[in-house]
Amino acid sequence: MREIDKRTRVSRRVFLRNSATVLPAAAAALAGMTIGAEEAWAQGATTLKPHTMATLARMARDIYPHDRLADVYYIKAVAGYDALAAKDPKLAKMIEDGVAALDAAAQKAQKSTYLLVAWEKDRVALLTAAEKSPLFQKLRGELLVSLYNNPDVWPKFGYEGESASKGGYINRGFDDINWLPTA
Amino acid sequence: MAKFDLTDGSVVCIIGSGAGGGTLGNELAQKGVKVVILEAGGRNEIADFVNDEWASFTQLAWTDMRTTSGTWRVARDFPNLPAWIVKAVGGTTTHWAGASLRFQDYEFKARTTYGNIAGANLLDWPVTLAEMEPWYAKAEDKMGTTGTNGIPRLPGNNNYKVLAAGAKKLGYKEVHTGNMSINSQPRHDRGACQQIGFCFQGCKSGAKWSTLYTEIPKGEATGNLEVRPNSMVIHIEHDAAGKVTGVVYVDADGKQQRQKARVIAVAGNSFESPRLLLNSASSRFPNGLANSSGQVGRNYMRHMTGSVYGVFDKPVRMYRGTTMAGIVRDEAANNPKRGFVGGYELETLSLGLPFMAAFLNPGAWGRAFTSAIDDYENMAGLWIVGEDMPRDTNRVTLDAKAKDKNGMPVASVHYDDHPNDAAMRNHAYRQGSAIYEAVGAVRTFPTPPYPSTHNLGTNRMSASARDGVVNKWGQTHDIKNLFVSDGSQFTTGAACNPTLTIVALAIRQADAIAGMMGRKEI
Repeated sequence: MREIDKRTRVSRRVFLRNSATVLPAAAAALAGMTIGAEEAWAQGATTLKPHTMATLARMARDIYPHDRLADVYYIKAVAGYDALAAKDPKLAKMIEDGVAALDAAAQKAQKSTYLLVAWEKDRVALLTAAEKSPLFQKLRGELLVSLYNNPDVWPKFGYEGESASKGGYINRGFDDINWLPTA
Repeated sequence: MAKFDLTDGSVVCIIGSGAGGGTLGNELAQKGVKVVILEAGGRNEIADFVNDEWASFTQLAWTDMRTTSGTWRVARDFPNLPAWIVKAVGGTTTHWAGASLRFQDYEFKARTTYGNIAGANLLDWPVTLAEMEPWYAKAEDKMGTTGTNGIPRLPGNNNYKVLAAGAKKLGYKEVHTGNMSINSQPRHDRGACQQIGFCFQGCKSGAKWSTLYTEIPKGEATGNLEVRPNSMVIHIEHDAAGKVTGVVYVDADGKQQRQKARVIAVAGNSFESPRLLLNSASSRFPNGLANSSGQVGRNYMRHMTGSVYGVFDKPVRMYRGTTMAGIVRDEAANNPKRGFVGGYELETLSLGLPFMAAFLNPGAWGRAFTSAIDDYENMAGLWIVGEDMPRDTNRVTLDAKAKDKNGMPVASVHYDDHPNDAAMRNHAYRQGSAIYEAVGAVRTFPTPPYPSTHNLGTNRMSASARDGVVNKWGQTHDIKNLFVSDGSQFTTGAACNPTLTIVALAIRQADAIAGMMGRKEI
């Protein structure tokens, strides 16, 4: 069967378009970015707190955890909220309040901010309790597009995206399955 | 290309340009009848289509607000998107998968065949298969349906091969790549299928039949057809004698216009067509046009559907090639021993990764969900299409509060599964899973119905004016120069995809309308 190249690709162009105000111009080592409030990508936020940006990325990872995806894809999925919050004070407040509430619950249950709770299981318990909150609802719904509609993640799942410009699959493996039992 | 005057009251005005309206418009134009088609959406051509699920959805889908109620899961998951259909020239024929199946004889006689089912509002069609056969034949020829007219079937893709291997292991006999209105070889100036995938996003090769690049340009070439895109009809007008005289629509600039007409045919799909008739209420017709029976908007059907995805330990890559790449027909017969009346088809289906994430289990999150998505590459998928029961409480009404940008009440859609639908779905989930397990599936996912693509029955055809909205020609019982030309005419839904029947009815209706006009009956 015709296989797919699954090596990590992070297109800088799309990243910058989605997160113009968050990323420092250098946008260095995109693929190596990790989730943390002290990271440059979070520090670059202008409206939301760096801690809030990092918490959103951690929430994204806990909502749709894929071990095959590096942190950068989750960071990319939430990076745009800083620019949106800059234009929409109500949204900014909703996000900051949502993160503060999550942290308060985390302090009570785990004596830590949500971001630093060590085990996914414990963070998921906090998210489950917050499932009906506006922040969770918004993030979960929008991640379906911001995470899964990123062409950079498609090869990781073996999805090839657009095909018409390549002539479709008629000569590229539409019927190349070779492991089925023969009658 | 023709251009008709707004005051030209000799034209036939058709509302909608999809399988029903687009076909009717061309057929009438070919007979020398002057036609204006008013289409709510814009005009995209093949070059404009994009192989990108969300971008294409934004380009083509009808996303104007609708509201929902009832126990169907769509009302919870997609409360303002009960249907996945198209607002564009060509209507949902840009989006459809291409499956073109004829009703079986008994499916035109559901009330007689199934008997009196409690909680269902079954009725026999006023037409029979024998009467429809010549029109089905014309439709198949027009659309280039594979497996008819000597047209070879399409080659099977990976998704089909998994389905076929599993189905044969289970002993199913009628398994093939379907009767598809997708060219398997060049025909009628259109090329052969390139196995692009993205059938739902508009066919980039034009191999799939759509009124957008077949019926509509052919009709326009006669000089008798004018298509006006971005024209949303909000009201149908009538005279003191109770005959319809024209329509009021909002044009691309947001201005109201009035097109006069000799005959009006409504083909805006099973939500918009009854909505328009209800929104056209007047002192003479206080319950809406053509609604003396009270049946306008009732008996909404959406097929018993659902999907099954099977996960294997090796890749399938189901998205490569045609979306609906094959069919199992053995469960389509009426066999009440299974615990339900009517039957269902199993047809391959694939979604790209973005839509799989959106539709696999809406609302779900965490590892139970992501472990399924992790297996995307190793998935095969099928869609279930079964006959659902018409119920007079499943209906389209005008929303009491929500209005569109033109100030018109939006369609509110209520649907509850009938127990027969639920029993059939459970059976189909079991059989679909068994097919995949027979060839080594390690997991299967019984996936809930998507927003409806088959929307039927809300202006149904009936022999008696008491029981339905239109007669056997799609002519409303109450107003002789007002017709319905889309799937809302369906008396019952049968166990098959509706487009071929919509097209066959439209060809037949064009003949009837031209005859009535010639005889000065309308």
